[in-house]
Amino acid sequence: MVDGMDLDNSKKMTIIVTKGTLDWAYPPFILATTAAAMDVDVTMFFTFYGLGLLDKELDLKVSPLGNPAMEMPMMGGHMGMPNMIGMLPGVTSGATAMMKNMIKKKGVASIEELREAAELSDVRMIACQMTVDLFEKKKEDMIDGIEFGGAATWMESALASDINLYI
Amino acid sequence: MADATLDAKGLNCPLPILKAKKALKDMANGQVLEILATDPGAIKDFEAFCRTTGNKLLSSGEDGGTFRFEIERVA
Repeated sequence: MVDGMDLDNSKKMTIIVTKGTLDWAYPPFILATTAAAMDVDVTMFFTFYGLGLLDKELDLKVSPLGNPAMEMPMMGGHMGMPNMIGMLPGVTSGATAMMKNMIKKKGVASIEELREAAELSDVRMIACQMTVDLFEKKKEDMIDGIEFGGAATWMESALASDINLYI
Repeated sequence: MADATLDAKGLNCPLPILKAKKALKDMANGQVLEILATDPGAIKDFEAFCRTTGNKLLSSGEDGGTFRFEIERVA
């Protein structure tokens, strides 16, 4: 497939995006952009907390609370953080700053960059209309070029796809 | 001799692939893109990328911690 021609013969993938923290934002955008680069026709369906990833201004956070697998640099090593500490004010913003620092240092793309790459490679992005209503989201706060739809809209894409992921 | 070079050194997955795809798009069929990268995952990823997209991986090698790939745009 060259530049969106011959769409009917291309492989297709859908991803349901349900989570909106900094760490969980990576898998869907990495897979969507890479699939698009490999000539796969991609549809992303953003629902519940994943919907926030379509906001114009992203301020994503990550928390060690309830996440014992998240190790943070401590006393010269890496340690999981006790939930008691994760609850303290400022720990989420501290952990977020640390993660963003590491992302930059290791040459990992930001979510903003990956989302822009997804837009440029014609990844179809659908915002869940029900979640928009439920969370009272304003469409003007969300990026341009997205569609609004429901479960049936995703189903139609999913039934015609080779890969369907739920993240 | 490559027709264009992409310096993807210091970039991590999936940026080398995304930037390579973008560079290949601007090239004509038969032209060769040279890619420099430091992401060790890029070796397997460029093999998979080329097998899947039909572009031709002409060479893949390492020189002092820098990986060098040559891809011929096929389609």
